[in-house]
Amino acid sequence: MLDAVLNALILNAGYNAALVGLGAALLGLAAGCTGAFVTLRRRALTSDAMAHATLPGIAVAFLLMAAAGGDGRNLAGLMIGAGLSAVLGLAWLDSLSRTRLPEDAAIGATLASFYGAGIVLMTVIQNLALGRPAGLDSVLLGSTAGMLRGDAITLAIGAALTLGLLLLLRRPLIMTAFDPGHARLMGVNTDLTDRALLLLTLACVLLGLHVVGLILIVALLIIPALAARLWSDRMETVALLAGAIGAVAGYLGAALSVALPDLPTGPAIVLITFTAFALSALIAPRKGILAQTVARARLRRAAISGRR
Amino acid sequence: MAGPTPIPMPETALAISGLTVAYGSVPVVATVSARFPKGSMTAVMGPNGAGKSTLLKAALGLIPAVTGEVRAFGDPVARSMPRIAYVPQRAAVDWEFPARVIDVVQMGLYRRTGLFGRLTPGLRSEAMAQLDRLGMADFATRQIGALSGGQQQRVFLARALAQGADLVILDEPFAGVDAATEAAIISVLHGLRAEGRTIIAVHHDLSTVTAYFDRVLLMNRRAIAEGPTASTFRRAAVAEAYGHQLLTAIPA
Repeated sequence: MLDAVLNALILNAGYNAALVGLGAALLGLAAGCTGAFVTLRRRALTSDAMAHATLPGIAVAFLLMAAAGGDGRNLAGLMIGAGLSAVLGLAWLDSLSRTRLPEDAAIGATLASFYGAGIVLMTVIQNLALGRPAGLDSVLLGSTAGMLRGDAITLAIGAALTLGLLLLLRRPLIMTAFDPGHARLMGVNTDLTDRALLLLTLACVLLGLHVVGLILIVALLIIPALAARLWSDRMETVALLAGAIGAVAGYLGAALSVALPDLPTGPAIVLITFTAFALSALIAPRKGILAQTVARARLRRAAISGRR
Repeated sequence: MAGPTPIPMPETALAISGLTVAYGSVPVVATVSARFPKGSMTAVMGPNGAGKSTLLKAALGLIPAVTGEVRAFGDPVARSMPRIAYVPQRAAVDWEFPARVIDVVQMGLYRRTGLFGRLTPGLRSEAMAQLDRLGMADFATRQIGALSGGQQQRVFLARALAQGADLVILDEPFAGVDAATEAAIISVLHGLRAEGRTIIAVHHDLSTVTAYFDRVLLMNRRAIAEGPTASTFRRAAVAEAYGHQLLTAIPA
């Protein structure tokens, strides 16, 4: 088994494993960088609701494509359905937030109702035995089994576009996250900036559907950013570090999942991002637990010797 | 206005007429009109909940108004925005944000850098000069969360200075800051006024109004008195704004 993991790590496990590893790394890079902005704008839960809201759209897209006699699992078709469904979920969330409902409650309600509807539709699909639904449930937790060359190219293009847009919009994104009022007075269209951030998040969710799955994609958005935040106090550095952590986690998680075929890719990647976070929390300079313990002990010693 | 000769009011930096703002169905600012002459320094005063912050935010278009018109330098306020700087209450932002002091000040340069523009060495040294003006140059690379309240307020003011605005609006710039910071801020504000710029600040300390400000706007949801400090900051008007708690320190 160790051989299999090592083989997968060095891309020796074959063409498909290499493809999957690179695809997952690109996804992690895009999601990590985007997630740094998402967490600072406090949209972490919104992104989770958005991801869960894709499920009904995926199911409906599958049904439509299968009923039309095509392959229900066509990735482009599923992505379109997922995207439309997520936008619908966001619109629903937006209208809920305009009532007096607290935002976290509105997010919880949206997430649960859309996901519930999606699960019902998925059950219907399984029972219909229409259009070869086998493998469709990989959109929940991710899988590396079915990744094709075309999927990897889609991931590469999507990640490149996402990163390009982030680079372009970094100043308005940072200003809007820090002080939206000031940003508006400086001529930044903060509504448009917020919408762009949601669009970038949606891109990560859609790109991650088959690799990480919609349930856990939120982790790839948020946890690398939390880990990166412990290492740097500069927004640009935090975003780049989060991207790097996401990329490594994506690559390692995919390799692990290739070597252990029963392990879904999503959980594998998430556990690795969490490991990165836990290590950062322990050893990061200044903000890490070790550094703080040492600093406090030093202070205490200085206070005691000062008293003498 | 469609007429060939719009009426210019060059002597007025900010003119608010009939501004009404409501949260839900409750009006917090009721048909307030006020004029802030160019080169003046005005304290906006009133008890908690009087709608001081709301008035200024609505004047700048940060929150929607029900009715009313606001002009800055004779133009609709949206068009004059590049000439206006706003310093929010310190608590309005998350100071744990991953930014250094100099990064925050550089946000005041956005109109000149835009999306793509590079932060040239010239712009960088300009940002540093504004920090230096507030005695904060040594803190340029500090994380903003590691600053004291007074230092944070100075950083906010440096960001406003970097904008080079002709009208500076501050929401409680002296709330929770120490005497040294208050002195530093007031000397910078007086310097701006000497350059002909206009200052409007929400202010709470009745004992320093006369020393700091040349004009006062007293309000409590509606405007109660407006004008030069000496003739406006009087016991009767202050008592009306603050609900008739007797204020013996104030000239009758």
